[in-house]
Amino acid sequence: MTTRYKVMPGPEHFLPPSAASMGNSLPDPGQGHIHGSIVPEEQAMEEAAKQFLAAKVPTIFPGPLVLWAWNEKAAKKAKAIRHLFETLKDCVASTQTPMLIPMPDYRPKYPKINPEIEINPNHPNLTIWHNKIDACIFVGVHCHQANLSLKIIRGGTDCYTIAMCAQAGHEDAMLSVRDTTADKILRLADWVKKLKGTVEPPK
Amino acid sequence: MSKERIKIAPELFEIMPPEYQDLVDRATYGNETRGWKDIGNAKELIEEHSLCAGCPESMAFRYILASLPNPEDTVMVGSTGCTSLVFPHVAVHNIHSLFGNQNAIASGLKRALSVRFPDRHKDVVVLAGDGATVDIGLDMTLQAWFRQEKFTTICFDNELYANTGGQESGLMQKGFVAKMAPVGKTFEKVRLPEIARESGCHYVVNCTVSKPNLVEKVIKNAIHVAREIGPTYLQLYTPCILEIGKNSMEGLQEMRDSEKPTERFAYKEYVSEPAKELLTEIAAKEKERKAAAKKQLASQGA
Ligand SMILES: Cc1ncc(C[n+]2csc(CCOP(=O)(O)OP(=O)(O)O)c2C)c(N)n1
Ligand code: SF4
Ligand SMILES: [Mg+2]
Repeated sequence: MTTRYKVMPGPEHFLPPSAASMGNSLPDPGQGHIHGSIVPEEQAMEEAAKQFLAAKVPTIFPGPLVLWAWNEKAAKKAKAIRHLFETLKDCVASTQTPMLIPMPDYRPKYPKINPEIEINPNHPNLTIWHNKIDACIFVGVHCHQANLSLKIIRGGTDCYTIAMCAQAGHEDAMLSVRDTTADKILRLADWVKKLKGTVEPPK
Repeated sequence: MSKERIKIAPELFEIMPPEYQDLVDRATYGNETRGWKDIGNAKELIEEHSLCAGCPESMAFRYILASLPNPEDTVMVGSTGCTSLVFPHVAVHNIHSLFGNQNAIASGLKRALSVRFPDRHKDVVVLAGDGATVDIGLDMTLQAWFRQEKFTTICFDNELYANTGGQESGLMQKGFVAKMAPVGKTFEKVRLPEIARESGCHYVVNCTVSKPNLVEKVIKNAIHVAREIGPTYLQLYTPCILEIGKNSMEGLQEMRDSEKPTERFAYKEYVSEPAKELLTEIAAKEKERKAAAKKQLASQGA
């Protein structure tokens, strides 16, 4: 297919289409995608690190699959996420504020969510607006909730979305890699370290 | 059973909102003697809710959660209505079903859980309003009982459709006029407890939620009987204070008035023969456990 729907930072409009319905397909093992175009995984990792180093408020959103120590694999991923966050803090300029905000629950929060300290997939825009987040990584969020959330973010905010997916990748993110393990998260941290100082930080 | 299953990854513990940290630190999971007295101390038993202030459903909900014998291995099935506003605050697995479908969903769920976890007790508890149970979902309610599905059905009977502004329900009293039912109900309150008994339920109780210890007892009985024998049904009066024009403090008195011996929520119970046997057995074991605990305490003190 030659024409491809470009998954770009929004605000797109109230109900952006799902990228799959526009013909975008998921990467194969060893690949990732950037704005919907399939690329080698390493290229996607490098671009993800660049986007994070260029953002004012680069934020990691860990979901229930990694927040809770379901098993050893999950606990290892949580450790890797913490390492990625600490690396990011070491590599950004003083004008940047990296954040680590959990998505502990998928259920809508009544009567209201505290957007300073958590994100909810049913209204992720509130957390993004409140903290002025301009780039984020989803990790450990179940597919359906991630896709729902990524579409809402694209619809109502200008945040750059990255999905580190444990399964086949997320076509509704602006950038995604698949088959994410703890090692892959550590590799992204390596990319951030490697690219430190090579990306123009925000004013 | 224990809290082992709800551990937060240590590296991310500190970023979790306080209610999740507290849940892990102070949940009653794994505590064999958990009950309504834990309300107020344990996070999973709902601190905040989004029902009307003073709504008896909010207390009933807490009593039920505190009384589940096996909360880590319980899945609750809800339906649309005021109850569905509370489920997001509940730290027990729950499924929101399409209005009226709750007993069909619970049937499939219970069967699937039995296949998937043959060596573990997995309790399924339906909690829905009277509109969902008796009107729109009556087919699903009855069919599950006919089929002898092994789960508990709890109906929060507030005698109307509260969540949509007060329409007539099958459990509304004859002659009652509600905001969206101005003509007044023309037929009697459906006698669902009797229908439940005739449809094969092994344990049926009709009561109010004015007494927490009583609610705890009937919930535990209903779940144990459903687990071992067959369907059980509880019809709990949780008056909609908003629709009957009472203020926040008056829910309890309304329930006390309605449970007098001649009133429609006078305590009524039906227990089948096999259920009676089971409950006697459980009571004997509980007595033994208490005696052993007392003995141990005495020996520690000596
Ligand atoms: C299939 C379907 N039909 C109708 C509705 C509209 N609806 C929402 S809540 C409700 C009434 C709920 O009444 P009840 O089950 O008694 O619960 P309560 O709110 O009184 O606790 C209705 C009819 C719906 N959500 N879904
Ligand atoms: S409308 Fe009635 S049943 Fe619903 S929350 Fe309010 S008082 Fe309770
Ligand atoms: Mg009702």
